[in-house]
Amino acid sequence: MKILVCLKQVPHKDARLEIGSDGTWIKEDGIKFEINDYDNYALEEALRLKDAGEAEVVVATIGPDRVTQSLRTALGMGADRAIHVWDDSLANADSLGIAKVLAAVAKEENFDVVFCGLMSDDSNYAMVGPMLAQLLDIPHVTAVVKTDFENGAVKVEKELEGGTLEVSQVPLPCLLAVQTGINEVRYASLKGIMQAKKKPLDKKALSDIGLDGAAVAPKLSIEKIYTPPKGEGANLLSGSADEIATQMVGKIKELGLL
Amino acid sequence: MPFEALDFYRIDDDLASEERLVRDTVRAFVEKEFLPCVVEHVRQDGSFPFELVPKIAELGLFGANLQGYGCAGMNSVAYGLIMQELERGDSGLRSFASVQGGLVMFPIHTYGSEEQKERWLPALAQGKAIGCFGLTEPDFGSNPGGMLTRAVRDGDRWILNGTKRWITNGTISDVAVVWAQTENDIQGFLVKKDFDGFEARDMKGKFSLRGSITSELFLQDVAVPESNRLPNVSGLKGPLGCLNQARYGIAWGAVGAALACFDEALRYSKERIIFDRPLAGFQLAQQKLAWMATEITKAQLLVLRLGRLKDQGKLHHSMVSMAKMNNVDIALRIARMARDMLGANGIVDDYCAMRHMVNLETVRTYEGTHDIHTLILGRELTGLAAFEG
Ligand SMILES: Cc1cc2nc3c(=O)[nH]c(=O)nc-3n(C[C@H](O)[C@H](O)[C@H](O)COP(=O)(O)OP(=O)(O)OC[C@H]3O[C@@H](n4cnc5c(N)ncnc54)[C@H](O)[C@@H]3O)c2cc1C
Repeated sequence: MKILVCLKQVPHKDARLEIGSDGTWIKEDGIKFEINDYDNYALEEALRLKDAGEAEVVVATIGPDRVTQSLRTALGMGADRAIHVWDDSLANADSLGIAKVLAAVAKEENFDVVFCGLMSDDSNYAMVGPMLAQLLDIPHVTAVVKTDFENGAVKVEKELEGGTLEVSQVPLPCLLAVQTGINEVRYASLKGIMQAKKKPLDKKALSDIGLDGAAVAPKLSIEKIYTPPKGEGANLLSGSADEIATQMVGKIKELGLL
Repeated sequence: MPFEALDFYRIDDDLASEERLVRDTVRAFVEKEFLPCVVEHVRQDGSFPFELVPKIAELGLFGANLQGYGCAGMNSVAYGLIMQELERGDSGLRSFASVQGGLVMFPIHTYGSEEQKERWLPALAQGKAIGCFGLTEPDFGSNPGGMLTRAVRDGDRWILNGTKRWITNGTISDVAVVWAQTENDIQGFLVKKDFDGFEARDMKGKFSLRGSITSELFLQDVAVPESNRLPNVSGLKGPLGCLNQARYGIAWGAVGAALACFDEALRYSKERIIFDRPLAGFQLAQQKLAWMATEITKAQLLVLRLGRLKDQGKLHHSMVSMAKMNNVDIALRIARMARDMLGANGIVDDYCAMRHMVNLETVRTYEGTHDIHTLILGRELTGLAAFEG
């Protein structure tokens, strides 16, 4: 089995973010980055298939030079090889542009399964997975919480609202966009990190995969990002703990919330 | 609250990507798996989270700088960064790895027979066997050459008698590397826990390094086969060679403890409002923070250079002495200062400063005391040994 895992590098969850000078994205200089959390679970799911038997796990990402660190991490965790695509024209790429690039990468080989995260921690679109599946003309399931591969198909559990689960049987090849927390993500072991140095990491330009800047030009552009202004109407209670509790209960009753 | 490691001089840029990766991996492990449980172990003196041993082993942290036998074969800087991150958690955690890797696996790897290496190294790397290092005795610490433990040859075995004290992990060890005086010189022996006449007992009542097991070893007519003697070293240079490895790790580890305390003090002082403004806004507090940051930066540069020298084979043991002496000293002072800046909060275990502070008192003493390293350096500089008389 051949598996593609699509990874995105996102700002570290502990990074202190500031809005950049043009107001359309954050300042990326001097902050730490890490693998998008959803993608960690996607990778772990793929690595478990590898552990269970014959599977080659290929990780692919799009991004500037800094993303090689994330690819090395993935290789250190056990992925077999990595593909890194970059072109300056991708700096403002939208979900469709990213999906097109990944589709071009995926079409170069025959993958049985494409794993990706449900969404990315930084931009929250949750679109790349389904778009990629459409471009590849393969079935997909999002919010995947469990996979069970058997005889050229996979039984997938998907999370619905309110704790309900949906089960479906999907033929391969297919794309699975996974939810967080569905497995215990391994650490890159020291031996893995040492081996990763020798694993192939292919750098590709758009032209290497038959695309150009025009083909991936964004149809969506960000006007601005901003922190919501402080709201009004907060009611600050003061007094001893007992007094505050009494006031609070009064307020809840007053608003008819009980 | 997420930990932020000071890197004022962008030393990160001088690390190879796999060195950073190793550091970040160990940092994440310590954050997620170790820090949530450290306090409960420190509250009971002499307790260690053993459930983490298989995970530490799986990561490859035991003997990470050794080649072959299931070891990761990392370079010295990556090894140092591992020690830094472990000690950022707790000196007890770093001690566990230092002893297992630097004081048990290293001598077997360097001085052992092929049979000994195959018997012990993979098991120790996988955490399936635990080891300890018995050099110090009740009456001989800084001058181990005076040791009273004796090994007497008896055909194809040796009879060992003596007491070792202050031995990290003694009671949980499967094998003890015991150094003993023979008729001619000091020799190292691999003493298995089930050998007749060998007993290990826990030492209690520690104020420091409580998250680590410290034991006493009693050897009474213990018969050790000749095949368990480390064949390729004799004299004090055996144990001192091991200590040099472990001290190298300590010099890095101390940076980790200092980083933890500095991070805590910086955060706390920015949030703590005193006389209507943040503590961090007062000149006296800034002086402390500026001093801490400067000393940490110097210490970071010292160990990075030391690591590169070690990998190039240009290391002299007195260089390690300088780094151990300096880095532990500043880490201890930083911990005390951080504790001070936290006020009363600084004395409870919700915060790490005092835990590091009391731990570092041990770190200052073991693996050659601060004074002894000063004297080693003095001897190196002057050619005159000031240890005796
Ligand atoms: C928690 C803990 C764990 C340990 N783990 C181990 C272990 O796993 N294995 C092991 O073998 N040992 C271990 N040790 C022992 C440690 O290495 C010794 O405590 C250390 O070498 C110091 O010896 P000592 O305690 O006998 O102090 P001493 O040698 O008695 O020193 C007392 C004081 O005298 C000073 N001093 C000594 N000589 C001179 C001199 N010539 N001039 C001036 N001042 C001098 C010292 O600097 C110190 O301040 C551990 C110790 C502790 C506390």
